[in-house]
Amino acid sequence: MVITAAVTDSKEQLYYTFASRYVRAPLPRFKMPENSMPKEAAYQIVNDELMLDGNPRLNLASFVTTWMEPECDKLMMDSINKNYVDMDEYPVTTELQNRCVNMIAHLFNAPVGDDETAIGVGTVGSSEAIMLAGLAFKRKWQAKRKAEGKPYDKPNIVTGANVQVCWEKFARYFEVELKEVKLKEGYYVMDPKEAVEMVDENTICVAAILGSTLTGEFENVKLLNELLTEKNKETGWNTPIHVDAASGGFIAPFLFPDLEWDFRLPLVKSINVSGHKYGLVYAGVGWVVWRSKEDLPEELVFHINYLGSDQPTFTLNFSKGSSQIIAQYYQFIRLGYEGYRNIMVNCMENAKVLKEGLEKTGRFDIVSKDVGVPLVAFSLKDSSRYTVFQVAECLRRFGWIVPAYTMPANAERIAVLRVVIREDFNFSLAERLVSDIEKVLKELDALPPRVSTKIDHKELEALPPRVSTKIDHVTAVANETEGIKPDNHHLREIASYWRRISNKKASGVC
Amino acid sequence: MVLSVVQTPEEISSSAISSVFASRYVQDPLPRYRMPENTIPKEVAYQIIHDELQLDGNPRLNLASFVTTWMEPECDKLMIESMNKNYVDMDEYPITTELQNRCVNIIANLLNAPLASNKQAIGVGTVGSSEAIMLAGLAFKKKWQNKRRAEGKPFDKPNIVTGANVQVCWEKFARYFEVELKEVKLSEGYYVMDPKKAVEMVDENTICVAAILGSTLTGEFEDVKLLNDLLAEKNKRTGWDTPIHVDAASGGFVAPFIYPELEWDFRLPLVKSINVSGHKYGLVYAGIGWVIWRSNEDLPEELVFHINYLGTDQPTFTLNFSKGSSQIVAQYYQFLRMGFEGYKRVIRNCMENAKLLVDGLKQTGRFDIISKERGLPLVAFGFKDTNKSLAFELSKALRHHGWIVPAYTMPANVEHMAVLRVVVREDLGRQLVEKLVSHINGALLELDETTDAVPKISFTVEVKSSDEDQHHESRHDHEGSLHLPTTSIHWKQDKHDRIQKKVHISGGKTNGVC
Repeated sequence: MVITAAVTDSKEQLYYTFASRYVRAPLPRFKMPENSMPKEAAYQIVNDELMLDGNPRLNLASFVTTWMEPECDKLMMDSINKNYVDMDEYPVTTELQNRCVNMIAHLFNAPVGDDETAIGVGTVGSSEAIMLAGLAFKRKWQAKRKAEGKPYDKPNIVTGANVQVCWEKFARYFEVELKEVKLKEGYYVMDPKEAVEMVDENTICVAAILGSTLTGEFENVKLLNELLTEKNKETGWNTPIHVDAASGGFIAPFLFPDLEWDFRLPLVKSINVSGHKYGLVYAGVGWVVWRSKEDLPEELVFHINYLGSDQPTFTLNFSKGSSQIIAQYYQFIRLGYEGYRNIMVNCMENAKVLKEGLEKTGRFDIVSKDVGVPLVAFSLKDSSRYTVFQVAECLRRFGWIVPAYTMPANAERIAVLRVVIREDFNFSLAERLVSDIEKVLKELDALPPRVSTKIDHKELEALPPRVSTKIDHVTAVANETEGIKPDNHHLREIASYWRRISNKKASGVC
Repeated sequence: MVLSVVQTPEEISSSAISSVFASRYVQDPLPRYRMPENTIPKEVAYQIIHDELQLDGNPRLNLASFVTTWMEPECDKLMIESMNKNYVDMDEYPITTELQNRCVNIIANLLNAPLASNKQAIGVGTVGSSEAIMLAGLAFKKKWQNKRRAEGKPFDKPNIVTGANVQVCWEKFARYFEVELKEVKLSEGYYVMDPKKAVEMVDENTICVAAILGSTLTGEFEDVKLLNDLLAEKNKRTGWDTPIHVDAASGGFVAPFIYPELEWDFRLPLVKSINVSGHKYGLVYAGIGWVIWRSNEDLPEELVFHINYLGTDQPTFTLNFSKGSSQIVAQYYQFLRMGFEGYKRVIRNCMENAKLLVDGLKQTGRFDIISKERGLPLVAFGFKDTNKSLAFELSKALRHHGWIVPAYTMPANVEHMAVLRVVVREDLGRQLVEKLVSHINGALLELDETTDAVPKISFTVEVKSSDEDQHHESRHDHEGSLHLPTTSIHWKQDKHDRIQKKVHISGGKTNGVC
């Protein structure tokens, strides 16, 4: 079918890949190679390089799904060559997206009539979803202010300091100021009271998180709704709420159906959820749903002629693959409500097993709460001899990828390790992780005391450029050892750990 | 591995025995609005969805789209193996990130970016050219704002100059990022942006001029060199320093291979960023694009986020965060597998097949070929007859054979023209082209023979009461009169309206022609 004449020397085909010259040549890094190579060789070479990537299933840092049933894989591969945006050509795929939107809207108790279509769209992840929701709020607020004759050039958004980096991106790219409610030790989510105090006339919305990235907690959206309603009555500003339910959106409806956080609260105008987290689909699909037509300004919506009828669309990306949308629909009908609930119950049970195992060691404080996303965040009771960063490093040797990071302002003193329990993390893996952590602790206990020192800005600037960068707030490492000046290498190590976590929301903690 | 309790024991045994089509599952209506309560077996779920999807068009016969619809099985294998890797976990998947960096470097070199050898290029992989264009536009907007702020001048009304033939994603960028879009209107016979008119439209608020290499509508390459020269003159006079962005979504992987002497890329000093779609002639499935900047200065630092990656700094600048890694791996595979000569041969084959199609169409004597020979391998043609509806009817007739050939009206100011467009992708071989030509011939015969639809005759029946009734009353109970009303019958024959599915690309640029 493809009339590509790519192999010049027919004898090459007889060659065994590892006997051929292809495995001797260096791989192209900067320029496209002049000649083609046989497809088997190309496949083998790329495959072999990728072996050095981490194992996705042992990646306990990520919420994103890493396992799906083979039937679903088959469906995904079959539709990988369909460009989703060709709605005219692939009407059924578009229909599947619409159905998913409706199902999610109903899951969130959107005030939609039984046969009405919900207002929402599939995106490539929660980042795009949040940008779309934010754009809608910004436009609505601008229109309101223009009508009132007031200035509309300084919009801001109120969130907690625990927001994921995509809110920062939204703020920077769409020129909205981000007003963050600082955290406190022991309280790692946004405080509704402080948030409502920060609301002013330029606030386009207040963003609450259901399933904080750092500790998995659910913010108290109901309280936020009540306090904000009161304030709105006083001021008349009508500030709405957006719920970032990227992780929690597929947990709360199944495990905590009585928790009021969704459209049941009147001020919640839009919700985003990641299909690729607890929606149980591979990376690349998110959803955003609006309460009603009024919450999505018409000027943002593009109308595409679709089967003779109008298909309104509102996305940042245009061409993209259809696989994940089809996979999402597959999961909805394959699992159904009971399937999702069973999976979430299993995750919570396994999280409990892990939590109890960690508590039994007596060396950890559990920072995550019981009501929340199935993850376990824990810190060392005693960080004087070694930190969680070293624990994380050692666990890598066993194959586990467990991230460690410090909490954002104002709780930077606390550093935690976080294990996300996904669908494919079963009981035996949980037990094995606990035993590996115990092994690591024993190792670290046996090490001599850590050489540490106070690091100040001047010393960091003296370090080679690879390490010293604009670090805003590097705090001192606890405990000094007198008279011992650490060598450069150690300084570099410590500095790079701190840099990783103290830079403004730069880490890919998602 | 998955510890989910998804089926109760009785269900397992019965569903294992009964075949999907014998089970009750194919009798229940599919859930559309609410998530179903119960779980169903995976084979059933697969079969149901698979069957519904059969009603989608066949991607390989979709001649509307530039986006790749066929890749080698080896590549499919690589893609499925990396489908569960979330690209943004750079720490966990360092090789995948390395592959992206290599692709960026390779493309930057292909586009003659002024880099010292073995230096890292400035660019990023995106989910398509829409995101790439938004990033490039954002960079220009920030740079311009910083410049104006430093000069103490107002910076609240940025605008961008493009041709009216731009793809819808420019309109999106303009609307979402609050930049005014100043479009250079097309003229009859000239379907791309005129560099002279574009440069005239540049003012102090222009953040950049966007030229298209490979116009969506006719596949032509705009004259970026002329634009560069004229803009450089204007910049010298005004001192505004307006840069150029080249939207090479389709042309970026065509021009370097078959028109290497054409100067359109970073060889022109005013070109500061270029975007190219990996999923068009980059020969990868949908979901990947690339944007390259000339140098560090063209990407304002405040837009870049820094992620700690293997102890070194990995700067990133994307709108999307989590996404699949498959397409990036596939792009690198294609670079490695095909190499320069492979890509050249593929594009040359496409051009040959396009020429074959052009010859076949010319032979019918009914068409004007609007696309130029020098450009993308696509064929845009319109009927010589000025009846606009013919193009739409031909498109509909070809659908019967399975071909999807879109028909659309041109944008301002040539809305009176309707064209059909066939994109020749890698997998449209000579045999298929010949088949297409013969089907077109057949469809033309059909169109000519179409008799008018059954004429419609409408009857209007008027019922008027006679005048006497209005003033007459019955005087006695046992006496009355009954007057029959007078009636008249009018009839006329209506001309039936032909139903057209119009796909407009004018005004709000809302259609998904890509």
